[in-house]
Amino acid sequence: MRMLKAEDVSAAVRDMIIEACRVLPEPVYKAFVEARDSETTDSAREVLDQLIKNADLAKATNMPLCQDTGSAVLFVEMGEDVRVEGGLKQALTAGMVEGYDKGYLRKSMCHPLLRKNTGDNTPAIIHLELVPGDKLKIQFMAKGGGSENMSRCTMLTPAQGWEGIKDFVVRRMAEAGPNPCPPTIVGVGIGGSFDLAPTLAKKALFRPLDVPNPDPEIAAMEKELLEAINNLGIGPMGLGGKTTSLAVKIEMHPCHIASLPLAVNVQCHSARTKEVVL
Amino acid sequence: MATYHLNAPMTDADVAMLKAGDVVYLSGIIYTARDAAHKKLMAALDAGEQLPFDLKGSVIYYVGPTPAPPGKPIGSAGPTTSGRMDTYAPRLHSLGSKASIGKGKRNQAVRDALKEHNGVYFGATGGAGALLAECITASEVIAYEDLGPEAIRKLTVKDFPLLVINDAHGGELYAKPNYPL
Repeated sequence: MRMLKAEDVSAAVRDMIIEACRVLPEPVYKAFVEARDSETTDSAREVLDQLIKNADLAKATNMPLCQDTGSAVLFVEMGEDVRVEGGLKQALTAGMVEGYDKGYLRKSMCHPLLRKNTGDNTPAIIHLELVPGDKLKIQFMAKGGGSENMSRCTMLTPAQGWEGIKDFVVRRMAEAGPNPCPPTIVGVGIGGSFDLAPTLAKKALFRPLDVPNPDPEIAAMEKELLEAINNLGIGPMGLGGKTTSLAVKIEMHPCHIASLPLAVNVQCHSARTKEVVL
Repeated sequence: MATYHLNAPMTDADVAMLKAGDVVYLSGIIYTARDAAHKKLMAALDAGEQLPFDLKGSVIYYVGPTPAPPGKPIGSAGPTTSGRMDTYAPRLHSLGSKASIGKGKRNQAVRDALKEHNGVYFGATGGAGALLAECITASEVIAYEDLGPEAIRKLTVKDFPLLVINDAHGGELYAKPNYPL
């Protein structure tokens, strides 16, 4: 059994969080530049110019890209032959708390009804999967509330099929309009169960922006949905234009013969994800 | 579409001339408030208490900034989604507030209030918090410190870049999505 020190896990989580909130993944930055060059109206180009400047400035000055530094979402793949001294969850939480403190990041978690801030961004939202091997892979997402609020889950009937899925996703993005900070990235979870579909949708958002689903049929569905969403004309920050979304990411899973669970998890353009393997 | 350099607090004349699509560079004093602060403001009004700032001509910025790093007046400070403040905005406009700054759609009640009380809704670029913070030269918590990022702050801004989304004459800038809703 391989043993990892809690402090090493915490330090890796801390550093990953601070970096993720300041430096956009390269494919997202590249997509801003490509979108700006393809837009034809002044307002759309101006928004994308500001996003590019913002990304440059955040990187150069260590200022967070966005004031909403999010819920700390962690997807963890833990090898069955590795353990963390003192416990995995404690190590992840300690690293998260330190990252949000030392990185001057906003603490955005509160009691759902009393609305009292927990003060240190706890608890992190942790998804754990056990996998073969002795490695520990930790993926972090700073998930903003504005785009999360525009996300939806539904249970379609099997008869509704692909057409029903398409209508639900495109309608959702049309209704969301300017609210989730377009150009967005749309995570779609198809299948599984009532609880699994949104997790699939969130997991889909961790896939690098420029990587389609490895299944060519699903990749074609992603492309079809993206075209339909971009035909809405909502554009950057809702001011009109060709770029309403930068990508659609689908994850699919078998489901019950009676059901067709579907979830849409909306990600704003400040798509801050990062991963570390220990 | 015109470009203006205006001061906050705002005058009725400045608000009245603005049209959806105009670009405004705002300088002066604005106040931050988001969900929890608005709730407290409403409770203070219900109790007949004095508010922590003068509503007359006020510009309210829907923002919860990140903590100020050493040497900076404020952290990252872009707009949050305005729709959550739709419940509160008409009452604040009726009491003299002139403008709000946020991102995303406003409901009919807010659009009506802008017309009735000569108000304006500005959009700032969501997710450009580092860039927008460059236009904030001073920040001071003036109320509800216990709310942390949601406390009310008095901000001094210089040429803060805004777009008129909803004007006082019923004009709206956002693109209508090309889909039957």
